[in-house]
Amino acid sequence: MKRYSAFAVAREALRHHTGWERAWRSPEPKAKYDVIIVGAGGHGLATAYYLGKNFGITNVAVIEKGWLGGGNTGRNTTIIRSNYLQDPSAAIYEKSRSLYETLSQDLNYNVMFSPRGVLMLAQTQHEIRGYKRTAHANALQGVPTEWIEPGKVKEICPIIELNGPRYPVLGGLWQARGGTARHDAVAWGYARACSDMGMDIIQKCEVTGVRTEGGKVVGVDTTKGAIECDKLGGVVAGHSSVLAEMAGFRLPMESVALQALVSEPIKPAMDIVVMANTVHGYLSQSDKGEMVIGGGTDGYNNYTQRGSFHHVEETVRALIETFPMLSRLKMLRQWGGIVDVTGDRSPMLTKTPVEGMFMNCGWGTGGFKAIPGSGWAMAELMAKGESPLTEEFSMWRFKEGKFIDESVAAGVAH
Amino acid sequence: MSTRLKTGGRFTDGGAQLSFDFNGKKLKGVEGDTLASALLANDQMMVGRSFKYHRPRGIVASGGEEPNALFNMGGTDDFEPNQRATVTELFDGLKITSQNHWPSLEFDIGAINKHLSRFLPAGFYYKMFIHPRPLWKHVYEPFIRQSAGLGKAPRAQDRDPDTYEHFYHFTDVMVVGGGVAGLQAAYAAALTGVKVLLVEQTAHWGGRAPVDGGEVDGLPVGNYVDNLVAELSAMDNVTMRTRMMGAGVYDHGYVLGYERLRDHQPAEIGPRHRLWRIRAAQIVTATGAIERPLSFAGNDVPGVMLAGAVRDYAVNFGVSIGDRTVVVTNNDDAYRTAITLKGLGLDVPCIIDARAGGGGALAEDAKALGIRVENGKAIAKVKGTKRVTGVSLCVQAGEGAELEEIACDAVAMSGGWSPVVHLWSHCGGKLIWDEQQSHFRPDAERPPMGATGEGFVSVAGSANGHLQLAELIGDAHGAGLAAGRAAGGNAAKATIPEGAPTSENPVEPVWLMPQGAGIKLRSKTWLDYQNDVKVSDVQLAAQEGFESVEHAKRYTTLGMATDQGKLSNINGLAVLSDALGQPIPQTGTTTFRPPYTPISMGAIGGEARGKVFQPLRKTPLYEWSDTHGSDWEPVGAWRRPFAYLQPGESVHDAVNREVKNTRENLGLLDASTLGKLIVKGPDAGKFLDMLYTNMMSTLKVGKCRYGLMCSENGFLIDDGVVARLDEETFLCHTTTGGADTIHGHMEEWLQTEWWDWNVYVANVTEQFAQIAVVGPNARKVLEKLGGMDVSKEALAFMEWADGTIGGFDARVFRISFSGELSYEIAVPASQGLAFWEALIEAGEEFGAMPYGTETLHILRAEKGFIMIGDETDGTVIPQDLNLHWALSKKKEDYLGKRAHQRSHMADTDRWKLVGLETVDKSVLPDGAYAVEEGVNANGQRNMFGRVTSTYYSANLERGIAMGLVKNGPDRMGEVIEFPKTDGTIIKAKIVDPVIYDPEGAKQNV
Repeated sequence: MKRYSAFAVAREALRHHTGWERAWRSPEPKAKYDVIIVGAGGHGLATAYYLGKNFGITNVAVIEKGWLGGGNTGRNTTIIRSNYLQDPSAAIYEKSRSLYETLSQDLNYNVMFSPRGVLMLAQTQHEIRGYKRTAHANALQGVPTEWIEPGKVKEICPIIELNGPRYPVLGGLWQARGGTARHDAVAWGYARACSDMGMDIIQKCEVTGVRTEGGKVVGVDTTKGAIECDKLGGVVAGHSSVLAEMAGFRLPMESVALQALVSEPIKPAMDIVVMANTVHGYLSQSDKGEMVIGGGTDGYNNYTQRGSFHHVEETVRALIETFPMLSRLKMLRQWGGIVDVTGDRSPMLTKTPVEGMFMNCGWGTGGFKAIPGSGWAMAELMAKGESPLTEEFSMWRFKEGKFIDESVAAGVAH
Repeated sequence: MSTRLKTGGRFTDGGAQLSFDFNGKKLKGVEGDTLASALLANDQMMVGRSFKYHRPRGIVASGGEEPNALFNMGGTDDFEPNQRATVTELFDGLKITSQNHWPSLEFDIGAINKHLSRFLPAGFYYKMFIHPRPLWKHVYEPFIRQSAGLGKAPRAQDRDPDTYEHFYHFTDVMVVGGGVAGLQAAYAAALTGVKVLLVEQTAHWGGRAPVDGGEVDGLPVGNYVDNLVAELSAMDNVTMRTRMMGAGVYDHGYVLGYERLRDHQPAEIGPRHRLWRIRAAQIVTATGAIERPLSFAGNDVPGVMLAGAVRDYAVNFGVSIGDRTVVVTNNDDAYRTAITLKGLGLDVPCIIDARAGGGGALAEDAKALGIRVENGKAIAKVKGTKRVTGVSLCVQAGEGAELEEIACDAVAMSGGWSPVVHLWSHCGGKLIWDEQQSHFRPDAERPPMGATGEGFVSVAGSANGHLQLAELIGDAHGAGLAAGRAAGGNAAKATIPEGAPTSENPVEPVWLMPQGAGIKLRSKTWLDYQNDVKVSDVQLAAQEGFESVEHAKRYTTLGMATDQGKLSNINGLAVLSDALGQPIPQTGTTTFRPPYTPISMGAIGGEARGKVFQPLRKTPLYEWSDTHGSDWEPVGAWRRPFAYLQPGESVHDAVNREVKNTRENLGLLDASTLGKLIVKGPDAGKFLDMLYTNMMSTLKVGKCRYGLMCSENGFLIDDGVVARLDEETFLCHTTTGGADTIHGHMEEWLQTEWWDWNVYVANVTEQFAQIAVVGPNARKVLEKLGGMDVSKEALAFMEWADGTIGGFDARVFRISFSGELSYEIAVPASQGLAFWEALIEAGEEFGAMPYGTETLHILRAEKGFIMIGDETDGTVIPQDLNLHWALSKKKEDYLGKRAHQRSHMADTDRWKLVGLETVDKSVLPDGAYAVEEGVNANGQRNMFGRVTSTYYSANLERGIAMGLVKNGPDRMGEVIEFPKTDGTIIKAKIVDPVIYDPEGAKQNV
């Protein structure tokens, strides 16, 4: 693989960029792999990458129904933070956030991780208490966060209205090393690195069945034929329960559409990420200048990756109250992505009733930030059969009643 | 140069003179102008700078598809960036500045990027700025952010002075687009007798047809349009709106309409925009077609414009974009532009037709006017930087060797027309590639489908791929009739209008001009003008494996600008298909997302802003509290007094005073926000037995019982006192925040699981004012007011009674959340204030004082009473709070019972409720965790408990707290450590949570 650098770009410029190689190969599937990952989104590609990087397992195929990175990896609002309340969440999200710090260098691909700071606004007394509690927990979890007062909020986010008539800003939980990254680049960077390790990324190839023998996974049926494997990882957000059904088990989750939108681009107005959970909206400004706005999930189960309007309306209305300057901007585009939501809103990284088959799913509305950590932990789980990071995220926790509920501190978790 | 012609224009004839301000220059326009036509009339072709290379940009289109002519508009409060000049109607005093340049439009330092363009190909930023790591955040990214973005950001202190509103509308048929096809479709649909809504995004009916010409039923099409508008206006079942765009189509016939009421007349009064939320049984999209640019080097130089737009400006506004206009085309339609210009006395030095066979009848007409026509030719390159100065002519089949240079000051280009399929596609309508016309059009076999599996969107006219008047008029008529019938209309009889046939040679696909253009030309050939995406960029994407059209789009940013690729998408994916060696349909299109063109956030928000954003709930005592020192606290949608401050008092002092006074004398609390749900019916007892963990069906009339509610996962969700009013009626008190959710919770179970039980639930929270009369003097004040017996014998603890107190109709509950002698008294909401004032007055001699929520909290915490939301957080079960006594062992089932048997719920290591007493008497920080030695497998400190409630107790003169601690009740007396966020440690002893009057002597008097 040719390394990317400013010098490489300059060199290529002299010959009109005719020398650039494919970022990833486009192979036909082999008959058998050690490991098949279903789903070439961020989580699936990261899982494959760390299987290779950390465990030397490179006879891997990543199978994708559509185009790689085309699911929620390419539809989210790119927020990265780890200021979670519960220990298992803080552990995996902080692992993820710390991997993001050096991801561009690791992958030799600029994923534009931008630790611009994430602020979670407190707009009720209840939120103040919840975030102060989170700050206490984070300090013990090794996640640097701090509670900040309204004056500091205004200082780091001048476009905010502190004294709105309905929900005044009472302070916030500030994670200075949270931020954003370029979502497509995360998928592309991992794909390029996986391909470079000799892994096969097979796009436009839909899995139609999971083959088992004696309770053990032996392969998958796809639209490009049957492919054998020793281990199978299902990383197909939005359709996890569909894949599980092919393997003959059920997952405790539902699939719903999550809504998002962007404004037209404007010059820099906001350097941080703000999440306002009381009014269910979150906001940041992309490097292109668009105000990127995330909303809530639709109230009904759905597999259609389409925007609906009622949540957009609620979100925009609420954000205008806190950011009045938004009123005269325009909505450029809205869209939806299908997220898997579990009973406690926390993910599952888990063995399954089928031996050799693993699932990484249920990231709900907040999966993007978890991509590197999720891949790291899932790779360890698949390679070694256990990982301290996935310990608490088993699918059987719902039977035990051992939930990891993040809604405790903040109304919604994104 | 571009200028106003003497010939006048359809929209501007007779219009008044208007003046406007562009970059500080005073310019003149005419009523009827768009901002774009007015700028052109003032020879202002160059209007902005592109996103990446800051190249000069001119007006290229005449409608909503315009990618370049975007302006900062307005002053301070009314400032709005990215205003599209082509859809902005001119008004007197309009003020704009151009965008994305520094220091000025003419001289822009950022334009240095264009010289670096070779080093900044598609996706360059993914390959660079990787090392050293800190530079991305601190140097590279701030620079990229500053150079990106288009319009200025509105200032933080500005407040949108305008209002917005929402409309709800129900119709049988909605027709989107008021061109000749939309008018015809609406007319046909209306003939079937159904309700029709017809909307047009511009200010004018008729669309392109009056500009393009032709005849229908023997009439010039302009006259035919006028007749149709007149007929439709006269029909009772038709609603017509101009300046209203169909913004998006959603599931089940939900359409978003965006009406711009005051953008063109800001001095008028009323809302600026109106968002229509429309339900239509059938939707006909008559959204027309958009002309495609041609891809030749320098096609982005100001002065290169779509041929249709050139014609629009000339005919509609009487504006010529140049004196000498070269026309370049791959179809016959562009000849109309040449003929129009020639007819206005302007020079057309050449029509360059890429088709070897040239044009049809129109070409003959052009030649007859003396216009030079070059078939099989192409533009190799446009000359000029800030304005076209000429074109170099070459052979289309070749590589671009210049045959001759043709001097000109404008280029009118046409690459064919693409149907506007956005609304068709929003909700899942599929497209097919029309090989003959080289465009995607809706596939009638695969429409967006409604709940019944039938299509609910159809297409009419050029949006359906019918570009000739003779075809489209009949198509639109048929679409309207079909939609009317599908929506329940009659089988109307109407003659199908006939358009005069025309004879045109077919379009030939030309995706690159000349077809063999080398890299030097291709890297100067623009696809996306705003985002600076060139043919070479898309080819590079293909070369690097970004083969999916979505990958190519995201890698190059093609079609991601404010025009969302209306001009660039088809050309781009044709280039991509060519690079991949596959047919265009195999490449496919990117997804079309609402809105069609951007709509204001203000309109989305609607009326609900400021104080009416969400209604504030006020108890009957709100005004009294507000004038008596209330320090307000938001609690859900309510405001509750946190404390009542006396003059000169701090909040802390006020709370301490209230706490002591209530314990020693008499406190009055406005408890009206407490949820009150009436549960009534023969099965009410059975129902409440399922909802509460304890037994409610055995409660005697006249008695009260404290109850707990769990979710089906076993977690404690609410608590409160239940009173049995009569055999079939219970009054369930909920927490303030729980009133609505518990009501919903009850309804959900009743409606989805126990739908055959005879139970009704009514939320009567707001019907009553409820006042807690608390303290040793509570009985005295009630006896003074008189009216009913409130003695211990007549009304024992946990009983209730109806009666009158001081002449007020009252329901008195003998319950206590403070450990004091306490009555909660409900009176009709309308009598709440008078009753409260009577209590205050009568209570004066007993030391009556109001108290707020903080005192409420402290009093309950001293008694070890839990508070939902403090001791519970959605993960806590009653057992954790030592509330086993409230879990019925007799009942076969209740919500949460089965969940409590899960292994983790029965775990002996759970964190359980205890009292916490700081060693140094300080107040524990809220939310602090107790830690023990060591770290877990993930390196996190081992935590084994946390503070759930913490206060300063004025009675005990020290901090008091409650918390959940692992095996807490078994560790009484143990001193544990709570680190603060600054790392310092507070030590606290585990004690019984009940620290005040453990025997209950004070409340049972």
